[in-house]
Amino acid sequence: MNEVISLVFIVVGITFDLFGCLGLIRLPDLYNRLQASTKSVTLGTCSILFGVFLKFGFTAAGVKAILCIIFLLLTAPVAAHALARGAHKNGVKLWENSVCDKYSEDQDNL
Amino acid sequence: MKFLRWLAGLVFLSAVIIAIFHYLDIPAGSKLTLYLLLCFFLALYRILRGPTAADRSVATDILGILVVGFCAIMAIFSGKDWYMDIAIAWALQSFIGTLALAKFLEGRGFDE
Repeated sequence: MNEVISLVFIVVGITFDLFGCLGLIRLPDLYNRLQASTKSVTLGTCSILFGVFLKFGFTAAGVKAILCIIFLLLTAPVAAHALARGAHKNGVKLWENSVCDKYSEDQDNL
Repeated sequence: MKFLRWLAGLVFLSAVIIAIFHYLDIPAGSKLTLYLLLCFFLALYRILRGPTAADRSVATDILGILVVGFCAIMAIFSGKDWYMDIAIAWALQSFIGTLALAKFLEGRGFDE
């Protein structure tokens, strides 16, 4: 029973990964790609790691999987935010159909 | 023309997914690993085709997170514990590398 639940978690996680990478190659703009792929792939990988925890239980590998989930949930948004900020300062243009750019408005007001 | 490209991509992806699911005579764990390998190739396509350096940095970040999931799947289906050590170490290194790339894109030095 436990193995079946862990397999379901792993299949859901791989589906999330696949759709995140599809957004990475499909969407028109750097910021859209970052928006689509980072969150989706992080959640999918966390789901895979939770499946590993359900399979192994409270052994060394399972506790390492829980540690890895906590670490990913803490660091992946920080890395994505730093990348978006660096790209905006580097002068990467938005998509031409984007409607607002709050960050550059703030930079102008300062 | 755009619709044709969209349709060709959809047919190609569906063909790969259905071929892995039906026509390969391998165990289930290897099939899941092959689906993750498809994700790797999609991210590698963005690294090759990305118009700017920032696109390549984003795809590298995504690739680093995918490798963690790959190590987790290998830990289950090969039954070896030390793949989880590789996963934790890879998550650390990927985070630090992404922060360094972001600092480089921002145009500042590392010691600020």
